[in-house]
Amino acid sequence: MADALGLLARHGDDAAIVAGGQSLLPILNFRLAAPELLIDIGRLDDLKQITEGDDYIEIGALLRHCDLADSPLIGRDLPLLHQAINHIAHPAVRHRGTIGGSLAMADPAAELGACCLALDGAFSLLSGREQRWVAASDFFKGVYETALQPDEILTAIRIPKPVRNSISVFEEIARRRGDFAMAGLALVAAPNSLRIALLGVADRPVLAGQTMALLSANPTAVDAAMEMIATEIEPPDDPAYPPAYRRHLVQVLLRRALSRLPQ
Amino acid sequence: MSIGAEVPRDRAKRLLTGRGRFVDDIQLPRMLHLAFVRSPYAHARIEAIDTAGAISMPGVIAVYTAKELEDAVSSWRPEHKLFPTMAAPEQHALAKETARWQGEAVAAVVAESRAQAEDAAEHVAVTWHELPAVTDAKAALATDAAVLHDDMTTNLAFSTEIVTGDVALAFRDAAHVVEEHFRFNRHSGVSLEPRGIIAEFEPGENRLTVHQSHQTPHQQQDLYARLLALPEHKVRVICPDVGGAFGLKHHLMADELVACVAARLLCRPVKYIADRLESFLSDIHCRDHEVHARMAFSAAGKILGIEVDDLFNAGAYGQYPRTSIAEGNQITRLTGAPYGHEHYRAGLRMAFLNKSILGHIRSVGHPIACAVAERLLDMGAADFGLDPIEVRRMNYLSDDDFPRTSAGGVEFESLSFNGCLDKALQMIDVPGFRETQTALGQQGIYRGIGIATFVELTAIGPEYYGEGGQHISAQETCLLRLEGSGTVRCYTGVTDQGQGIDTGIQQVVAGVMGLPLADVEVISGDSALCPVGGGSWGSRGAALGGEAALGAARTLRGNILNIAASLLQKEPNDLSIEQGVVIDAASGSRHMAVSEIGRIGHFQPYTIPDGVSADLTVVERYGSRDRMFLAGNGLQIAVVEVDVDSGIVTPLRHLVVHDCGRILNPLLVREQVRGGVVQGIGAALYEELRYDEDGHLMTGSFADYLVPMAGEMPDIEVAHLETPTKTSELGAKGAGEAGTAGAVGAVLNAVNDAIAPFKASIAETPITPPRLLRALGKI
Ligand SMILES: Cc1cc2nc3c(=O)[nH]c(=O)nc-3n(C[C@H](O)[C@H](O)[C@H](O)COP(=O)(O)OP(=O)(O)OC[C@H]3O[C@@H](n4cnc5c(N)ncnc54)[C@H](O)[C@@H]3O)c2cc1C
Repeated sequence: MADALGLLARHGDDAAIVAGGQSLLPILNFRLAAPELLIDIGRLDDLKQITEGDDYIEIGALLRHCDLADSPLIGRDLPLLHQAINHIAHPAVRHRGTIGGSLAMADPAAELGACCLALDGAFSLLSGREQRWVAASDFFKGVYETALQPDEILTAIRIPKPVRNSISVFEEIARRRGDFAMAGLALVAAPNSLRIALLGVADRPVLAGQTMALLSANPTAVDAAMEMIATEIEPPDDPAYPPAYRRHLVQVLLRRALSRLPQ
Repeated sequence: MSIGAEVPRDRAKRLLTGRGRFVDDIQLPRMLHLAFVRSPYAHARIEAIDTAGAISMPGVIAVYTAKELEDAVSSWRPEHKLFPTMAAPEQHALAKETARWQGEAVAAVVAESRAQAEDAAEHVAVTWHELPAVTDAKAALATDAAVLHDDMTTNLAFSTEIVTGDVALAFRDAAHVVEEHFRFNRHSGVSLEPRGIIAEFEPGENRLTVHQSHQTPHQQQDLYARLLALPEHKVRVICPDVGGAFGLKHHLMADELVACVAARLLCRPVKYIADRLESFLSDIHCRDHEVHARMAFSAAGKILGIEVDDLFNAGAYGQYPRTSIAEGNQITRLTGAPYGHEHYRAGLRMAFLNKSILGHIRSVGHPIACAVAERLLDMGAADFGLDPIEVRRMNYLSDDDFPRTSAGGVEFESLSFNGCLDKALQMIDVPGFRETQTALGQQGIYRGIGIATFVELTAIGPEYYGEGGQHISAQETCLLRLEGSGTVRCYTGVTDQGQGIDTGIQQVVAGVMGLPLADVEVISGDSALCPVGGGSWGSRGAALGGEAALGAARTLRGNILNIAASLLQKEPNDLSIEQGVVIDAASGSRHMAVSEIGRIGHFQPYTIPDGVSADLTVVERYGSRDRMFLAGNGLQIAVVEVDVDSGIVTPLRHLVVHDCGRILNPLLVREQVRGGVVQGIGAALYEELRYDEDGHLMTGSFADYLVPMAGEMPDIEVAHLETPTKTSELGAKGAGEAGTAGAVGAVLNAVNDAIAPFKASIAETPITPPRLLRALGKI
């Protein structure tokens, strides 16, 4: 780790970290980036642990999508992640891609970013200078943009254990199995709180704050929530899937998600 | 008899175990690599190109622009003498003065490695002057449109009209008329292996050898010889394993030609493999048609007349050497072909505009002709309250209507529409489906069923390209060589791109000669070794190559029996061959092995009396006369579920009943049909090359250009009828494009059936979720 941080500090923007390579390698292939140096962090075994605290679970950044899917601990305490991972690409990609890579990549349609938002997670960012925690809600800055500094490595994701009897629902709509979703929704409902994060409908994963507030105050205000969720997002201007379509989809997703909650 | 047997192909075993040898697997000594600088603009004048920065980069051997290639290679014009008024603008190996589509190559870098060539290409500095881009056929034909080509005054490349009977009268007398405006968006054939070429030039012998992922080695041999001014016999084109072609590999491609020129100038082998982005930008595209069509019905539901107007575009140039006209031409010829109407008018207009060249991809024009007529028929049926099956029965050409020249002017020998429908209805319980459909509809689950009947024009005769002036063989020749051991080598002019025609021809030769299949080896894809032939495209391999093989096999068998008869003091007619053994035809008793004949024929020929026809290398040819096409037919039924909330369509079931005449190998035909259906479903639901209004391609990777994947595909059930053509002895018609021809129409009708409860309809493909929700009025 010290070596990796040292190299990053020296080379900064000219270096790129390779984790699973499932996003970085296509980028290099397209010649969209041409770093001078690749730093392969694949053998930093410290970043491959899942640890359980009293009220949180900490996930090492190098855990692959399939590792999370196989973990009974995640299945028990963070079932949202289990649901979401089924939607990430195909088994081949899930056996290489890592949670840290997905979050650092910050694709607005990535499943894990929205899940971390819905679960109110925080990310540990480490450099030769310091270690700091950044909340998921402060981490994503735009399309492929995050709070990571050029000399920082994302080492772990800490997620508070959901309170007892909370329910998680993940829903997304993609053209084909394994495609990045046109829109997706991660919902965590606890006895007196409700969090809803959306993916694919903005320049980053976003919380549907107004809809959350509305439904937390009045769980039966479904029609009003439908109106609200469609208007509180700013979908990208994509001619293939125009904003009106994505606004419609978040309504479909919300209806589907709410119908999965016990009445 | 091995003809008609389900024989798996040897080549597939090799490819599936990773032992394929594709162009990119070939490494030649001293080989160089090519990368291109491609236009970032859809339309721009090239003011200057500064190559100094690139030439000094590591590993770079040469940098070329149009200027450097001027004396080394000719330009070309895609002309077709059957369409003498069609505009044929001049195209150059590298764009000269003006780039006319985003992705057109304007400079080429040759370096020791591909990576070095790509690095250097980034340092070629082009000074561009952007010009207004024309990106839509309608806009291209507007009076104020920017004109692409200097020697043209408008962008209209060609227009024509077919009129049969009195359409105006038919529509006036009609009890009912339906009308629709269709849009079939642009896509392509997406082969697993991209385009690729290695060219090597031997200056001492003035010889160009080309390894290319291609469908038509002899056509390429002729083109490279003419464009590079080489004697034709000094050009050899070898097609190794080809990983899918679908029509995008039977043309001259400017970038591939540059590899040949560079190899000649540098006297070193030069490799060029198109990467995925380059493929999307520069492969031959297809469809991109706007079709307005009407159908007139009698009170009883009989089709009285059809009117169809097709507006499409060829992209920036016509494809060479075949030209781009055929897609529109097939639409005007084939719309409504299965039906008996007498009155017909079809118009077409083809424009040039600033996108990649558009031309022939699997099932040229057929999917559109089929979808348009089949959709209109369903619309008519719905208006009458007739069942889609009933209305087809009522209108099909019946078995005793043949031979017949269709309203579109195509000769049909014998087609089996009713037979196909009967068979299909045994495979699917339509009334049962209707019950389920209604019951599910009440639960908010919307399913639909769609039928599409199609005619497939296969095995094109010399009347099309021969008359057109293209050097494309419509005749096939087969050379057979009995080896000393009694096994056979078969050299054919048709080629194998994964479809398995090698195996089909092997079966014909073995079957006719009475040899075990393993005793016959088929050699194809080499313009120096194989007899001059047309290659594989337009569903011609079995019908033409198979028939030539049959003739050659019969001749060689005859010679073997002549030799045996002279040795055995018998009449050749009293002998036969089975399992590689010459037997007595009547009793079946064994006389001698074919291996004996091989040994004696080659090594002790003095034992065969003079005057006995004893050639052990024979050549026979087959070419059709007096017909442009050999028509097959079939029918497809699609069952889909439409999620009316998300707009996503899920194909649930797809069945095909198909008649391609005599079947050489049902396994191969089923694979062809299934693959074709998947491509058709791709066109119907997923595949689209989207450009923005400036002519920039928006779908440059597989993340945006969606191909159908196994997970989304239904099981595809295939059944066959066999109505052999009497124009050949084998009786085979083509099979390779049937799946694609009918799938778009079937899926389009199924989706429309599913959304009928909402009084909604859709007439644009691919049927994307936003398009479908717009049709439903939900967004
Ligand atoms: C065909 C295909 C389909 C896909 N579909 C989906 C999908 O549906 N949903 C989805 O969410 N994803 C999808 N992905 C992306 C996949 O999930 C990737 O695994 C993920 O986006 C990146 O993880 P990685 O470990 O491969 O990162 P890499 O590709 O190695 O790195 C990605 C970026 O993050 C940086 N980085 C990586 N790790 C760290 C770290 N620890 N600290 C700081 N920076 C780091 C790298 O420098 C690079 O810039 C798909 C990928 C493919 C190839």
